Amino acid sequence: MSAEKTSTTAQDEHAVENPEAAAAAVTAVDPRLLVQEQGLAGYLGEFKRKMKAGELGSLPVILGLIVICVVFQSLNSAFLSAENLSNITITMVGTGMISVGIVFVLLLGEIDLSVGSVSGASSAIAAVLAVNQGWPEWAAVIFAIAAGAAIGAAHGFFFAVLGAPAFAVTLAGLLFWLGFMLQTLGENGTINLDSDGFIGQLTTYHFTDVAAAYGLAAVVTALFFITSFLGNRRRESVGIPFRPLSDTLLRTVLLGVVSFAAAIMYNQYKGLPLATVIFLVFLVATDFVLRRTSYGRKVFALGGSVEASRRAGINVTAVRISVFAISGGFAAIGGLFLASKIASANQSAGTGDLLMNAIAAAVIGGTSLFGGRGRTWNALLGVLVIVSIQYGLQLESIAEPVKYMITAGVLLTTVVIDSITRKTQKTAGRA
Amino acid sequence: MVHVSATPVLALRGVSKRFGAVQALTDVELEVHAGEVVALVGDNGAGKSTLVKTIAGVHPIDEGVIEWEGKAVSINRPHDAQSLGIATVYQDLALCDNIDVVGNLFLGRELKKRGILDEVEMERRSRELLQTLSIRIPSVRIPIASLSGGQRQTVAIARSMLGEPKLVILDEPTAALGVEQTAQVLDLVERLRERGHAVILISHNMADVKAVADKVAVLRLGRNNGVFEVKTTSQEEIISAITGATDNAVTRRAARTTGSNGEVSK
Repeated sequence: MSAEKTSTTAQDEHAVENPEAAAAAVTAVDPRLLVQEQGLAGYLGEFKRKMKAGELGSLPVILGLIVICVVFQSLNSAFLSAENLSNITITMVGTGMISVGIVFVLLLGEIDLSVGSVSGASSAIAAVLAVNQGWPEWAAVIFAIAAGAAIGAAHGFFFAVLGAPAFAVTLAGLLFWLGFMLQTLGENGTINLDSDGFIGQLTTYHFTDVAAAYGLAAVVTALFFITSFLGNRRRESVGIPFRPLSDTLLRTVLLGVVSFAAAIMYNQYKGLPLATVIFLVFLVATDFVLRRTSYGRKVFALGGSVEASRRAGINVTAVRISVFAISGGFAAIGGLFLASKIASANQSAGTGDLLMNAIAAAVIGGTSLFGGRGRTWNALLGVLVIVSIQYGLQLESIAEPVKYMITAGVLLTTVVIDSITRKTQKTAGRA
Repeated sequence: MVHVSATPVLALRGVSKRFGAVQALTDVELEVHAGEVVALVGDNGAGKSTLVKTIAGVHPIDEGVIEWEGKAVSINRPHDAQSLGIATVYQDLALCDNIDVVGNLFLGRELKKRGILDEVEMERRSRELLQTLSIRIPSVRIPIASLSGGQRQTVAIARSMLGEPKLVILDEPTAALGVEQTAQVLDLVERLRERGHAVILISHNMADVKAVADKVAVLRLGRNNGVFEVKTTSQEEIISAITGATDNAVTRRAARTTGSNGEVSK
């Protein structure tokens, strides 16, 4: 006991004698930012440290995408053709949008099983309003998305206010909204959409002017550079750690290479697809909301500790309901893209493997099932993997049953990776 | 020597609290001055937590008066306590493991610029705050999960300091900490005192109490059982006041006289 006390005072004196040393210890540059100064070796060391600590991030899924490309390209040289890649990035939008909503729910550590049915129900609502009731298509679309959000908010109410498990509430939702969709579609079971209408054009419109794709790539790259550069300048001016210019330049070049490669690819086929642009806009917007607004901070906080969030004055109920509303809204948006792809709302919409694919995409992309970790970009990476596999297998004319099994294998692998990295992170003290 | 102001920051006068048939607190008196660390000790069920919760506004008091800087105030909600300048750090830390240090420090009161989180300003202020409290952590941008128990406790305390409170209540800050980590937290408690904050420290650990507290207020079965000057009181005396082992006329008299001498010497 006395020894403990002595050590306390000894430390204290040390701190007083050496105030600069203490200050230096606090202001020491962020270790992650020191990496750059050590050049390539620094990055390598940082990479090794992250691997050891189980911070894999998006690495497994990017490796997975490379493997998928190599394997399918070697089986069929049409896989990496502009036409196939362009189609993959259009087809993925429907499932991808639903997956974005799933990311929000997963960040809370919850699950939404109703998104498939809600997407089907919303497309049915839009079709009935636009075709049977003669509403203008844009109004039908807005109403359908609002309906999706309201449905999600209703699920959220049962979960957040009444305390029913989200799993059970959304399972009930899955059945209810499936029934609702079948009821809404009526006896024919299919409502054909005008393929030249607003909904139809969602997945068929391409910006044929080559300048569109190149312009977008240039704008994205320039915006990224400017925001990073200004952000770092501001950090430097107030004296907190910042990334050196060379680091920012490296990132900008990487982004530029990817953007322009995609632009060249699109321009070799029909041009920049509208669907992909809308998806990217939503990804940027949701990522911004999650990481740069206090609402997003609340979502992450709830995924980390509900009690801590409550004590910090966060309205837990409101955030939970809003997250389920977002999930429902994105399910509706996804449903409209899926309906656009087949130019109709029919009875099979929102059924089959859609729900599983949307959840799998979020998880494959790197969103944790345990809450509090993930980004909406994960939805993009994950859905790319799933749709690429589907298209690759289609090129090989491999039957549906095998597709299911392979997708299942990918999902299982991802979940195992998630669980293992979590364990490693725990032992490395980072979870 | 630490200067102690004449008017206590917080004074409880004859505070009582009843939960149904249980009389949790009876006529409790407590005074805390600026720049003073008062340890609140007592056995399990002595009413420490209840007393702290009445101050923090979780449970309103039934009888008695709470004086804040000499004026009677009513504290009915946690919000009342916060707006007076009372910050409470509870035993379970209430931090989010997945969010970084800056995010946790500003959780629920993020700084915004045109509706967008002002990460740069939050990071700058976090570093400034941690520096003034001489809190040493590897980086303010690592998630709480990667900090040790002691570092987490110091972050939790630092978090309570953001609102510039006059009184900080620490509920068992060193429970479940190792020797080294306990020392870090005790250092921090001393720094709070040096900066002129009043501190109420709940602890079971006599070594900690002896190390940092100026006064020890003992609760026993919901009543005051003496207020002791740490410097002039032996550990055995405090322990016997806690357990009531020597609860007789002599000790009661000793407690009374110590209590009245409390503010004189220093």
